[in-house]
Amino acid sequence: MGHYVPHTDEEIASMLAFVGLDSLDELFDCVPEALRLAQADFAVAPGLSEFDTAAEMERLARANRGSELICFAGDGTYDHDISSMVRRVGMRTEFVTAYTPYQPEVAQGVLQALFEYQTMVARLAGLEIANASLYDGATALVEGVNLAVAATGRQTVWLSNGVNQRWGQVVRTFAAGTGHVICNVPLTDGVTEWPEPSDEAPGAVVVQYPNRLGVLEDMAEAARVARATGALLVVAFDPVAAGVLKSPGEWGADVAVGEGQPFGTPMSFGGPYLGLFAARLEHVRRVPGRIVGETVDLEGRRAYVTTLRTREQDIRREKASSNVCTNQTLIAVHCALQMSWLGKAGLRELALRCAQGTRYTRDALLAIDGVAPLVGAPVLREFALKLPVDPARVVERMADEGFLAGTVTDDGAGHEGLLVAVTERRTRTEIDAYVAAMEKAIR
Amino acid sequence: MTTTISGGQAKSIPMMGRDEEPTVFELSVPGRVAAQFRTTNVPELSEAELIPAAHRRAEPAELPEIGERDLVAHGTRLTHRQYSVDLGAYPLGSCTMKYNPKLCDEAAGLPGFAAVHPATPPAYTQGWLEMLGALGRVLCDITGMHDVTLAPPAGASGELTGLLLMRAWDEAQGRQRTKVVIPDSAHGTNPASVTLGGYETVTVPSDDRGLVDVKALRDRLDEDVAGIMLTNPNTLGLFESDIVEIAAAVHEVGALLYYDGANLNAILGVTRPGDMGFDIVHMNLHKTFAVPHGGGGPGAGPVAVSERLAEFLPGPLPAQGSDGQWGWRTPQRSIGRVHGWYGNALALARAYSYILVNGGDGLRRVAEGAVLNANWLRHRLRATFDIPYDRPNMHEFVASATNIKRAHGVKAFDIAKGLLDEGFHAPTMYFPLIVAEALMIEPTETESVQTLEALAQAFERVAAVAAEGEGELATAPRHTPVGRVDEARAARQLIATYDMRPAG
Repeated sequence: MGHYVPHTDEEIASMLAFVGLDSLDELFDCVPEALRLAQADFAVAPGLSEFDTAAEMERLARANRGSELICFAGDGTYDHDISSMVRRVGMRTEFVTAYTPYQPEVAQGVLQALFEYQTMVARLAGLEIANASLYDGATALVEGVNLAVAATGRQTVWLSNGVNQRWGQVVRTFAAGTGHVICNVPLTDGVTEWPEPSDEAPGAVVVQYPNRLGVLEDMAEAARVARATGALLVVAFDPVAAGVLKSPGEWGADVAVGEGQPFGTPMSFGGPYLGLFAARLEHVRRVPGRIVGETVDLEGRRAYVTTLRTREQDIRREKASSNVCTNQTLIAVHCALQMSWLGKAGLRELALRCAQGTRYTRDALLAIDGVAPLVGAPVLREFALKLPVDPARVVERMADEGFLAGTVTDDGAGHEGLLVAVTERRTRTEIDAYVAAMEKAIR
Repeated sequence: MTTTISGGQAKSIPMMGRDEEPTVFELSVPGRVAAQFRTTNVPELSEAELIPAAHRRAEPAELPEIGERDLVAHGTRLTHRQYSVDLGAYPLGSCTMKYNPKLCDEAAGLPGFAAVHPATPPAYTQGWLEMLGALGRVLCDITGMHDVTLAPPAGASGELTGLLLMRAWDEAQGRQRTKVVIPDSAHGTNPASVTLGGYETVTVPSDDRGLVDVKALRDRLDEDVAGIMLTNPNTLGLFESDIVEIAAAVHEVGALLYYDGANLNAILGVTRPGDMGFDIVHMNLHKTFAVPHGGGGPGAGPVAVSERLAEFLPGPLPAQGSDGQWGWRTPQRSIGRVHGWYGNALALARAYSYILVNGGDGLRRVAEGAVLNANWLRHRLRATFDIPYDRPNMHEFVASATNIKRAHGVKAFDIAKGLLDEGFHAPTMYFPLIVAEALMIEPTETESVQTLEALAQAFERVAAVAAEGEGELATAPRHTPVGRVDEARAARQLIATYDMRPAG
């Protein structure tokens, strides 16, 4: 078993004597007797050694045959290459085992890394400010919606059906507490069809770019609708696609949120990831979570510190507009390292390579008899297909052939399809094999 | 400096990294590239062929332009400017900054865990599902609860999940309650979560023992109260010994008890929230179960519930079929998803490996060690600080610098800054709010008595400096990568990105 409590028996005896006790059990005299757990009732197996534990974890890891599937799935999580440098530097123990930077004098490493991260996220989003990250894309969207509602004083939210469906579900879950009214805005052939302005003017107009079917939404129209209704435009954006697409800010977004996983974080069975969050400067007082700011120390040297702390829950308590305490600092550090490593030229090339692989794969699949696009609108790095057989069935069959074929989706109008994503990792050989396997799997 | 007690030595050191580090933007050189891509032989197409003109970005995003070697040096120098548990003691009260076994890092990094897309069919993720199922079961055993969701990615997220469960329960009873009671010693996330859960916060005071004032609580309990949120042991490090009576009173008005698991480390294998009468329990796996804090996340905040609330849990949940195969299920009256996928899965894997390596016996020793260390340090520091609730505590205690402030005009803030110069991290300051000049100290079970003695001596030296008057500590720390940071200026002249820096 593990020996992570260092005391020897002699030390325990002398420490107990120092505090005036005779036994370790007496430490818990303040716990009413009736509540004290008999050892026999604590149904947790005895500890293993480090090496036996590792063997058990390896057994469980080996049982995940899915880690060896060649990945053509996206839907919010993407299979990108990560530089070894990101792991090696990002997993340095000072980053991994630090706490939230409450004492800035001994936390400049984390604080500066977050400051650099915020700068890169803001530039990518085309907005003035970014926070130090949130839990994931879905929860960042919840916070974006909350900001818009608070800023406008209107609880109605126009949520495009082009937004990732799980993210939409998370928004609805939390709306049960806040009382926001979430209106689902339908898709027509893959593109959001915004309603005419009505009496119930929305506080937030929420669109995803590219949307959950990979479609390049009509962003000018979304921005126009937001302006016409007086709502804030909340854009869920893909940070990789942003390498070649106009930024949310350029399209007129007030708030941009996104999933940062594609930069430096493995797919990890869904987490931990990180929520990107950027906004126009005028909304800074409503931005959730931590914000790192630059300042100076007593000698005038540049220094960083978490700032505008009066927004946060530990100070505002029940008046806070968000309960977020922790963020995803370690993942944000990895994200900043990967973004820095990709750099200006690399991000653009990454986005282009994804688009090239997507185009090549999509064309090849559409050449198969019986396969058709699920929606007609233009796509960038993810696309949905109509198949002649149940897509869930196809995913199962393809897994037996060594591929994660994609995810089951729908066009928002009752038609199911297969959502396929192609990243820069997929070689032509893999894609050709995938297409050949698909040809059989849909028969 | 070194400290010796009973034959062993402990050491704390000032930090490196005294030179200012340029930002990655200042280290950039136009045209420099680190990125590499694999050979794919996928046909190349131009931007114009791939992207409709209206959508094309005019200029590339201004990411850094830095070589890999310089980037690694930059990241490494940043780590020299960062304190961490692996460097030394981190007695931040309420944060449980224990040493996290390296084993857990390696376990979570296995490709069999990390390289799995979350939408992979369950037949191909049996290891993940089995592990999540086993972790859920053992967390229920530890807390004495019936069922659990592992999805909330942090403690605060767990709190809000718990409040939404409370809400779903209320609605299922055909009622709409409006208030949630929390003690005045509660973490700030509690009232903030209450508001986001759609309830109103009612504060109950602490009595002169530092515990919930049961009479005042009874006065606040009525048919409008949906529940009470309690941390036990509370934020003073004291066990709420009236908990059985409190639970009965709360249940009497049909309300629920919510357990904030921030301080679960103190009671592992000793007592269980379920046995105390709690209906909803969140755990901070990053505190109790050794998920490293990562400079402020990622954590994980699973929520366990009693049997009557299980049908409302967020989904999906891992479930084993009669054929032994694992899959997913969503409870019938689920409140819905609380995370984009299934939660911070790799953090869950770390916690599971930590529980395996400690086992039931080891977890009990964790609680014993944490409580022993905190009591030892309280006794050791009695002569140095006021201890407002000077009686047996659990995993942490709250000291007060009121004595020093009164005598020498030196605040808790300055004491904390002084401790940084001694090579230790400072305690939590000014929390809980009910103690003036609070220094909340949680040594954790992983610090040796030699380290505790070194920490105590460091506190004594700082107190001695304070006794020389206000001036000396007002400009501490001096031996840290930067000196005292001007926090007010950061808020007054906001510079939240490199682009917001004033020109020149």
